[in-house]
This record gives sequence, C-alpha cells and structure tokens, in this order.
Amino acid sequence: MDMNQYLSMFIDESNDHLQSLNENMLLLEENPNDLSIVQVIFRSAHTLKGMAATMGFEDLAALTHQMENVLDLVRNEKLAMQDFIFDTLFKGLDALEAMVQDITEGGEGKADVTALLAALQAIVRGEDLSAKPSGNDASAGAASDTDANDSAGIQLDEFQYSVLSQSIADGHRVLYLDVHIHETCQLKAVRAYMVFDLLEKSGEVVKSEPSAQDIEQDNFDYSFSLYYITLKDPAELESQIMNVSEIEKVTVKELDEDTLKQMSQLGAASRESAATAEAPVTEGAVQHAADKEQTQKKAPAKTAAKTGGNTPNRTIRVDIERLDVLINLFSELLIDRVRLEQLASEVQNHALTETVEHMSRVSSDLQDIVMKLRMVPVDTVFSRFPRMVRDLAKSLDKKVDLVITGAETELDRTVIDEIGDPLVHLLRNAVDHGIEPIADRIAAGKPETGTVQLRAFHSGNHVFIEIEEDGRGIYRDKILKTALKKGVVTEEEAAGMSDEEVHQLLFAPGFSTAEKVSDVSGRGVGLDVVKAKITSLGGQVTIYSTPGKGTNFSVQLPLTLSIIAAMLVKMGSEKYAIPLSSIVETGIVRQEQIRKVHGNKMIEFRGMLIPLISLSRIFNIKDFDENEEAETEIIVIHKGERLAALAIDEFIGQNEIVLKGLGKYLPPIKGISGATILGDGQVALILDPNVFIK
Amino acid sequence: MSEEIKVIVFKLGSEEYGIEVDKVQTIERMLPITRVPKTYAFVKGVINLRGVVIPVIDLRGRFGLEESEYSDQTRIIIVAVNDMEVGFIVDSANDVIDLQKDRIETPPEVVGGIKAKYLDGVAKIGDDRLLIMLNLSEVLNKNEIIQLESLEE
Repeated sequence: MDMNQYLSMFIDESNDHLQSLNENMLLLEENPNDLSIVQVIFRSAHTLKGMAATMGFEDLAALTHQMENVLDLVRNEKLAMQDFIFDTLFKGLDALEAMVQDITEGGEGKADVTALLAALQAIVRGEDLSAKPSGNDASAGAASDTDANDSAGIQLDEFQYSVLSQSIADGHRVLYLDVHIHETCQLKAVRAYMVFDLLEKSGEVVKSEPSAQDIEQDNFDYSFSLYYITLKDPAELESQIMNVSEIEKVTVKELDEDTLKQMSQLGAASRESAATAEAPVTEGAVQHAADKEQTQKKAPAKTAAKTGGNTPNRTIRVDIERLDVLINLFSELLIDRVRLEQLASEVQNHALTETVEHMSRVSSDLQDIVMKLRMVPVDTVFSRFPRMVRDLAKSLDKKVDLVITGAETELDRTVIDEIGDPLVHLLRNAVDHGIEPIADRIAAGKPETGTVQLRAFHSGNHVFIEIEEDGRGIYRDKILKTALKKGVVTEEEAAGMSDEEVHQLLFAPGFSTAEKVSDVSGRGVGLDVVKAKITSLGGQVTIYSTPGKGTNFSVQLPLTLSIIAAMLVKMGSEKYAIPLSSIVETGIVRQEQIRKVHGNKMIEFRGMLIPLISLSRIFNIKDFDENEEAETEIIVIHKGERLAALAIDEFIGQNEIVLKGLGKYLPPIKGISGATILGDGQVALILDPNVFIK
Repeated sequence: MSEEIKVIVFKLGSEEYGIEVDKVQTIERMLPITRVPKTYAFVKGVINLRGVVIPVIDLRGRFGLEESEYSDQTRIIIVAVNDMEVGFIVDSANDVIDLQKDRIETPPEVVGGIKAKYLDGVAKIGDDRLLIMLNLSEVLNKNEIIQLESLEE
C-alpha cells in the first residue's frame, strides 16, 4: 500500500500528539500524583505508537512502545513518578520529535534509541536510575507513608547510601530523624523550614522525605523524615528541635552500618508494597492533588477539558497564500452582494428579495469566519516555552517558574510565524542572564525560585508581548563599561545618556553583557538580531529594568492585518473608522455648548473642559462642517489621561475591521493609521486618534 | 533583430503612452475611490482591488497637465514597481502592441508637456503614431515629489 498519501496526515497528527505529550508531561511534573494526566499521556502515546507502526516507522514505534510501558505502570499505580523517570521520558520525547522532524524532511525517521530503550526498560524493571550522574537527588513525590511505620526508613540511592556509610566509617553520627508537626499548625512549611535551618547549622541533611522542595511548597502532611550527618549528640538535637514551637514529636535514631543497610532496604521494600496495596498512598496523592489545585487552578481545568474531549484542538493546516486568495475573493463577493441587494430593491420581486436577504445573512456570517481565519492565538508559540524553560533551568542549575498569561491573545498568522525565534531568544536571555543562580538569589534575600512572566495582551492598535523576570536587573554602569570597551559609544555620549538609551545599547550589534559565553545563549547571535526581527515586523522592543529587582522586555507588535473593534462614522459622504480602544464615549453637543478659549473650541465634559477637534477642517472634508449643525455628534477620545472630542457627522455603528496598510507609495499621513475594507467593498480610512491629542 | 517587448498602450489627451506589460498587473474600469486627506493633489485616494488597498494617482495631475472628467473610457492601470503598487488613472487604455526595443529613441526635452525625465523614450509605430514610453521609477519617485511640494509652499 502506498503510504505517501497518509504521510502528511501522519506528520501533522504526530506533531499534535507530541505537543500534547510535552504539555501534559510538564503538567504531570507539577502534579506527579494526578493519574488523570497520566491517562491522557498514555492515550496520546498509544495513538502515536499505533500510527507509527502502521506507517512502518519501527524505531518510532519501538520507543513509543517502551515509553508506554513505563506510563502503563504509572497509570496502574505500580510505579511512582520520579525526577529521573521524567528526565528519561522527556529525552524520549525529544528523540521522538527528532524522528518526526526527520520524517518531515523526507527521512525515514530512523534513530539510534537503544540507550533510551534500555533506560526505559530498566525503569519498567523497577531499577532506580536516579543515582546516575545527573546530580539530581531530590526525588519528587514518591510519597511513602511515614506515619505507618516509623522505622521503615526512606529509600536511598547508591550515592546517598555510600555517603552515609562513609560518614559512619569516618566516625560521624548518622541520624534518622522523624519529625511530626502539630496538626493545628498554620504554617507547617515554615516550621519545617525552621527545623531544616536548625539542622543545617550543625550538620548535613542527606535526604528527606518528602523532598525539601515539596516541604517548602507545603506539599506534605504533618510529618517528614530525613537522614542527617552530624557530630552532635542525638538527645541534645532532639531537645533543640522540640524547642521549635508547634513540633509535636521528634524521634532521633542513631544508625550504625547495619541498621543503615537494613533501613534503606526496608525503604525500598516499603516502596514496593506501597506501590501495590497501601491505601494511604492514594489518600496522600489525593491530598496533594487538592493542595495543588488551589495553587494551580488553571492546570486541572485544562486536563479536565483534555480528558473529556480527548481531541487536542483539531486543526488542519492551510497554505497561507490560499487563505489570502480566499479572503480577497471573498471581498469581491461582498461587492457583488451589495450590487445584488440594490438590484433586488429595484426589481421588487419577492422571491428575489428573499433570496438576496438570505444570501446577505450567510455572507456576513462567512465574513466573520473568513476574517478570523488568519488570526491565531499566541498560544501556538507560547506552548513550546514551558518545556524549553524547564530544560534551560535544569541545565543552568536554576529554579525558574514560567508564568504565562494572555495566551489566547490573537495575532496575525504571519506575525506568529516570525515572532517565535525572537521570543525564544528573549526567554533564554531572561533565564540565563536575568535570573541569578540559586545561591545568589538566597544571598539577595529572594526566593530560590525565579519567576519569568510571559504575557500577551492587546492595547490600542498593538499587541504587547512582555517577558519579565525578577532577576538581577540591568546595571547601567556595567553596560556602559562594555559599550565603551567595544567602542559602541564614546565617553561624552555615555555621560549624557538616559537609562532608556543605555538599555537600548543592549541591542547594538555585537554587544553582549554575558561575561562568559554559556552554551545556552552564546550562540553568536545577540539581541541585535532580536531587535532587527521585531523591527522588520513593524514592532519595537523596550526594556524596563530595576537593578537588583528584575527586567522587563516589552515587545510591541502592530496589529497588521489583525482585527480590531472600531466605531464607523460618517463625515459627509466619507466614512472613517475609529478604534474602540481610543474611545471613551460618544455624545451630542449643541452649538451653544461649544466655548472658545484662546480661539480654540472647547466643550465641557464631566466637569472638565476638553478641546473639540474639527476633523472636517483637519481633513478638509467638503460636504460636512460641524459649525453648520445645531447639534453635533461627538466622540470623546483619550490618550492616556488626556481627553479630547472629535466632531463627527453621524455614527454608523460598531464593527470588527481588518487593518490594512495604505501601500508603500503614500507617505505616512498624520492622523491616519491605515485603511479597512467595509462590507460593501468600499475603503474606509482608520483614524489614529492619538495624533489629535498633544 | 532586436528584443521585442509587449507594451500596454494608453491615452492621455491625444498622446499615446506605453508601459511594458510585465510592469502592469491589471487594467480596471473606474472603481469607487476613497479620498485620502493631506496628501499630494494628484493622489486621488485609495481603491479596494480584490481585497488590497491601493493608492491611485491621476496621471494627468502627476505630469502637471490639466485634469479631466472621468468617463466610460477612463481606466485605472495597476502597476507594480519597486514593491510599490499604484493605480494610474488614464483617459483610456485599449491596446497591446509588440515593439522592437531598438525602435525606441531618446525623447526630446519636452513631449506633450511632460518633462523628459519621466520618459524612457519615444517609439514610432506605424506611419504617424508616436508612442511615449514611461519611465515608471521616475514617475513613482517620491523624493522628487517632496521637493516639488516644498517649493510650492
């Protein structure tokens, strides 16, 4: 059977599944005990495997199959998700992506995945690979119930085990502590932190259960246990911990070589049994999920939607040029519609009039859809960032939270296609240069975890995308020093520069503030490329930064071809569109209400005197003059705080319009930001009210 | 035998002008024009050409000739030069001819009131037909317009 005809379908669907896998894996990483997410992931992987096998992509199918095996265990609660499992699965996803990419480019999707397969198989066999040199020992979420058996111990990996046994051999004390916090305690994480703080003053915590991170985020019940190396007397330690208020009970057990061995094995055993039977585990899981739900309101909703529908945004891809042709053809159809309507009203044939009316309704619905076809939510770009930031933070050994807002904001497809790379660069910049290493953050009195905000929103005629972090901020002197060294500015120029101008220096070609080039952002392309790209899209980048507090890169993009809500107005025979975002309200003034101040017309609006601007005079409109009207319709517009009123002839109504440029031939015209094509095929100019308020 | 080019022939008054066919996108009958305020007098406004907004200029006005009333014969020739799309309003356009390139001669200083810089040359076709070939990049040159405007002020 010839598979080629199915190939593009396969590629599209595979990409959708991979995207969904990535998203849900990230979600799962935040809620490791939410099995409903595992179900979604499992189903996606299963479908992908089936498709790959049908299409004859063996490696793809084999890898997916192994991943599916792991997920199957997780789904049936036979395996608890842990950091190293996540890492392995993410690596698997990367390999899958690479294979699908290869297939897209005409390859056969072959790749050497034996190492990955082996790793996955090892996980299925129950081997713990977390001791691998990844250096990550904080096991996430394997919530074993310490209440049930105090001496059960915690599962240790080889590395931790050898550290502990070595310490015993060296004559240090290795203690196993079990701490219970009073159940009435309001801020248990704080109490836990105080205990940790105390312990760390006179020794080292090797491993805790739940992990320190979970404890910090309040993801634990009222007790935790840990292995501790110290020289202190256990009894003294016990009394010190009991001195922390709201601690209910502490058991301190000194371990020798034998008990340590026993306990760590017991830990492993209890893990097994916990996985198969113990009810408290699931209970704990539910508790955790509920905790998370409060902090992460959006996430569960999203999973719910996904599990319910089981269809991740069904879309088809369309050649953008065909879309353009469609849109243009459609505007022609609209012109004919108006012509038909006129003819029908002249002919006065009942059947004809009815048909034309129906056609009008259908075509205005069609118009809505056609106009929206080119608009794509920025989510299509944003969705790949959480994974990127996660990997980046891991590789840099930083803790970073990426908070995305406004992902539903729509932008024109052509802009969406182009904006991805600059945003990747700015995000890398934020994580690499902005957010400090954990130690620096603690030293600066900031939370360990840095926050990167990725925001998109509409404002006026623009869409803003902002990347803001709470990192180290930009230091003016540092930039100027580099700029001087690189000869970007002279001493005299530097002295007179505003902060804003100094920040803009970052975008100068060949400029980089990174003291050492990291493999992450030192790729030979600097922010100058970002700026060039954004400028070529007709946008601009602004930097706001407070030294020590963080930096905000604000990308302003024009709504070229995008749809805005506008008020259509008439002035004489001419029609204009005024963006709703600039309009405060509409009203009517009588001639006698218009006053003159220094020869300028003013009207009173809510106790303020605001200027009345004569568009007919500015635009030299021949068949309308508000001075001849007893009553004039006005539109009150604003630019920031300041207000003004535009005198117009007649309101046509509110409408969604598609912004179009006036072509390259005409010079920029003050007060006009573009044009739009109305339903009847006529062109109406779009006013730029900002210009009228000085 | 020299290279042969196809030329769109149009009229302004009694003169015949030519534009190479590969620079012409379409020829349209008169379309509704939306006036654009605060621009050059010869820019009549913008039209909707199948979904694209295109400025149209009155070619008579552009050459400083007296503008005339539009009629059934009036056409808008849409040309594309240097990434710019512009519509020319002309009195009529109804011919496409083949022209040997070597038939085009250097124009005299002024032809039909139009300065030589706007012209590529003049071709003699048939017995007494003179075809004036337009230099589109000059016609659409904005720098020169700006100078002109500032002189008028």
